[in-house]
Amino acid sequence: MARRTFSIGGVHPHDSKISRACAIEVLPTPPVVYLSVAQHIGAPAVPVVKPGDKVKVGQVIAEPGGFVSAFIHSSVSGTVKSVGPRKDLAGNSQTHIEIAVEGDEWLEGIDTSDTLITDIPEDNKAILDKIRLGGIVGLGGATFPTHVKLSPPPGMKCERLIINGCECEPYLTSDFRTLLEKGEQVVIGAAILKQVLGGVPCTIAIEENKPEAIAHIREVIASLEKVSPKFAGIEVLSLKKRYPQGGEKQLIDAVMHRQVASGALPISVGAVVQNVATALAVYDAVQKGKPIIDNSVTVTGECFPHQANLLVRVGTPLRYILDYLGGIPEEAAKVISGGPMMGRAVANLDAATLKGTGALLLLTEAQTRRRPETNCIRCGKCADACPMGLEPFLLQKLSRLGDVEALEENAAQDCIECGCCLYSCPAGIPLLDIIRLGKGAALSAIRARNVKK
Amino acid sequence: MDKLIVSPSPHLHAKDSTRSLMLDVVIALIPAVICSVVFYGWRELLLLAVSVATCVLLEWAVTRFLLKKPSTIGDLSAVITGILLALNVPYTLPWWILVIGAVVAIGVAKLTFGGIGQNVFNPAIVGRVFLLVSYPSQMTHWEKPQGLFGVDAITGATPLSAVKEGSLGDISYADMLFANIGGSAGEVCAIALLVGFIYLLCRRVIKPWITLSIFATVALTSLIFWGINPERFTDPLFNLLTGGLILGACFMATDYVTSPMSVWGGVIFGIGIGFLTMMIRYFGSYPEGVSFAILIMNSVVPLLNRAFKQRKFGRK
Repeated sequence: MARRTFSIGGVHPHDSKISRACAIEVLPTPPVVYLSVAQHIGAPAVPVVKPGDKVKVGQVIAEPGGFVSAFIHSSVSGTVKSVGPRKDLAGNSQTHIEIAVEGDEWLEGIDTSDTLITDIPEDNKAILDKIRLGGIVGLGGATFPTHVKLSPPPGMKCERLIINGCECEPYLTSDFRTLLEKGEQVVIGAAILKQVLGGVPCTIAIEENKPEAIAHIREVIASLEKVSPKFAGIEVLSLKKRYPQGGEKQLIDAVMHRQVASGALPISVGAVVQNVATALAVYDAVQKGKPIIDNSVTVTGECFPHQANLLVRVGTPLRYILDYLGGIPEEAAKVISGGPMMGRAVANLDAATLKGTGALLLLTEAQTRRRPETNCIRCGKCADACPMGLEPFLLQKLSRLGDVEALEENAAQDCIECGCCLYSCPAGIPLLDIIRLGKGAALSAIRARNVKK
Repeated sequence: MDKLIVSPSPHLHAKDSTRSLMLDVVIALIPAVICSVVFYGWRELLLLAVSVATCVLLEWAVTRFLLKKPSTIGDLSAVITGILLALNVPYTLPWWILVIGAVVAIGVAKLTFGGIGQNVFNPAIVGRVFLLVSYPSQMTHWEKPQGLFGVDAITGATPLSAVKEGSLGDISYADMLFANIGGSAGEVCAIALLVGFIYLLCRRVIKPWITLSIFATVALTSLIFWGINPERFTDPLFNLLTGGLILGACFMATDYVTSPMSVWGGVIFGIGIGFLTMMIRYFGSYPEGVSFAILIMNSVVPLLNRAFKQRKFGRK
C-alpha cells in the first residue's frame, strides 16, 4: 500500500531528532516563575491575584478575558511578587504574574499520583467544563483554546477526531517521548475527546520515522480495548515523513483525503485535530483534576552538549532551563522557541516559557545562515514546495509591489507560513518574509470588506 | 555567544543554491564534452575554451563596468551557455565567429534583459541561430569526425541535410548513437548526452516532463507521416537520434529561466517544440529545426505559466 501523506508540495529537511533517546526528565522548579496572561490565541486572561497573595500549584491566577481565551493557573506554590509588564521572548511587553516559589504545595483535589485512571466519566458537559477550567489549549503550536474547538458551531458535525503525533518539524522530540512514556494517558485523553465529539472514529497520526511510537501506541490501544469498549474505534495511522504534515489542513488531507476550503475551519470537512500533548493535558485535567501547569520541552541542537526532553513548569525563565543543562555554548548564535521551520527566534532569554513552548533549539551561525539574495532563476522550487499550492515567487513580487488585489486573487491569505518556499529557494530570496507582509495586507482587505457588509 | 540572532522563520535552508544547480548542469555536460573532444580532436577543445571564456569574461565585464553591480559569473550560468553554444556549432567553425556568437548569447540575449532569470530566450540558442543566419556557409560546413588524432578530414553532410538533398547514404542508427556521423559537436553522441540527462534527473535538478514530451511528440509526429509515406518522410528513430534533438530536449528546453514552471505547462511546451521541429524538418527550408522550435516556444512561456497553474489547496 502506498504510504499516505498530504497531496500538494512539502519538503524533506533532515529530521535531526538527536534528542529522541532522551527520556523526559523533571526540571527542578525554578526560584521564580513569570506567567504571561497571553498564552493562547484570543483575548488575554485577566489576573485575579495581587502582589502578596499566597498561591498553590494549580490555583487559578487569571481568568479568561472572553469566549476565545483560557484560564491561567499557578505552576508553583509561593507568593505573588508582582503583576505587571515584562518582556516576552520576542522582546514585546506583556502582563506577567511573578511568583516567588516556596515549597511545592498543590491545590486540593489534584491527583498527583501515577495511578492510571481508565474510567471515563459519562457526563460530556462536565468533561468540557473540566477542559475549560483546566486552561487547556492546543499545544501543537497554535494554542487555540481546546474547549472552543470541541464545541462545533451549529449545523456542523464532527466525523473524525485526529490526534496529531506527526511532529514533522526537525529536532523536536517531546511529542515522541510523550507517546512512548505516557502512551496510555494520551490514548485515554483521545478516548475522552472522542466521546465529547459524539463517539466519532479517532485516528492517531504518527510519521513513519517514529516506528517505536507507532508500535507502542498500537499495543496500548489493544490492551485498553480489553478494559472498556470506549477505547474501540481508535486507530494508529503511519504517515510518510514529510514537512509540514503536522499542519492542520495538511494532516486532514493526509488522513481523510479532504481539503479544508480557503478561510474555512477544519470542522467544515468534519475534522477536529488535537495534538498529542493536548490529549495528555485533557487526560490530566479530566481524570486527575490537574490543569496545565507544566509541559514537555525539547532542548536540543548540535552545538549543545546535552540533549534533553524536560518536564518544565509553565513560566520557567529560558535562561534557567539552559543553565540547568550547562549554559549556552559559545558557538550558539540563535535560540529558537519551537522547531527550526516555524519556531520563533528568542530575543530575550529572561523571558519565561508558555504552555505552548514545545522546544528550545540552539543553532550556530553557519546552520542558520541565509544566502545573499540573487536573481530568481524561475526554477519553480518554491511553487513545488508550497503545501497550499501557491506561487511564492509571484506572491513575493506582488507583495513588493503592494498590489493587494492581485495578492488576494492569488490566495496570499491562504499562506500557512510553513517556510517551505524560503527553505527551498536556491537564489536566497527571502520569500516568506516578504509574503507575510502581503498576506497581512490581503487579510486586512478581506476583513475590511466583511465589516462593511 | 555575544548576541542572539533574531530573524523570522524558517531558520534552516536547503543546500541547493543557484551555483550548485548550475554546477550540476556543467557536470552533466562533461560526458558530451569529453565525447566531442575525443571525436573531433583538439579543435573542438579550442572552440569550447573560446566560447566559455568569451561568455564568462563578457558577463564579468558588463556586470562589473557597465551595470556596476556585483559580478554574477560565480553562479556558473555563463559557463553553461558557453559550453552549449560550442556544442551547437560545427567543429570547423573559425573561432572568431564563435566569439561573435558568444557575445550575442550573453550580451544580447541575457544581459540586455537583466541577466540571469530575466531573459526570455535561451541565450545559447539565440547565439547559435544568430550565427546560422549570419554565417550560413561556415555554420553548415560539416566534416565527418576523425577522432582525437585524426588527420584526413572528410567533408560529410549531416544525416538531416543529406535527407534534405535526397539521399541518406549508408549511415546506420548505430553510427548516430555512437557519434560516427557529421554534425555539430553536441549532436554526435546521443549516449553521452543521455547519461548527462539521467544525472540531472537523479540529482533532481530538472524534471523529465519537458524532455519526454518532446521525444514523444517527435516520435508520434514522424510515425504518422512515415506511416503514410515512408518514401518521402524519415522514420521516428531517425528523427530522435539525429540533429540537435537530444541536446536541445535534454539541456536547452529544460533551462529553468526559459521553460514553464508547472508540469502541464512543460508538457505543452514540449509538445510545441516537438511538433514545430518536425514541421521544420519535413517542410521547412532548413534541414534542422530544434533551435527555432525552442525559441518560438520560449516566447509563449509566460502564457503557459499563466494558463497552467498548480491547483491550490482547498480551492476548485
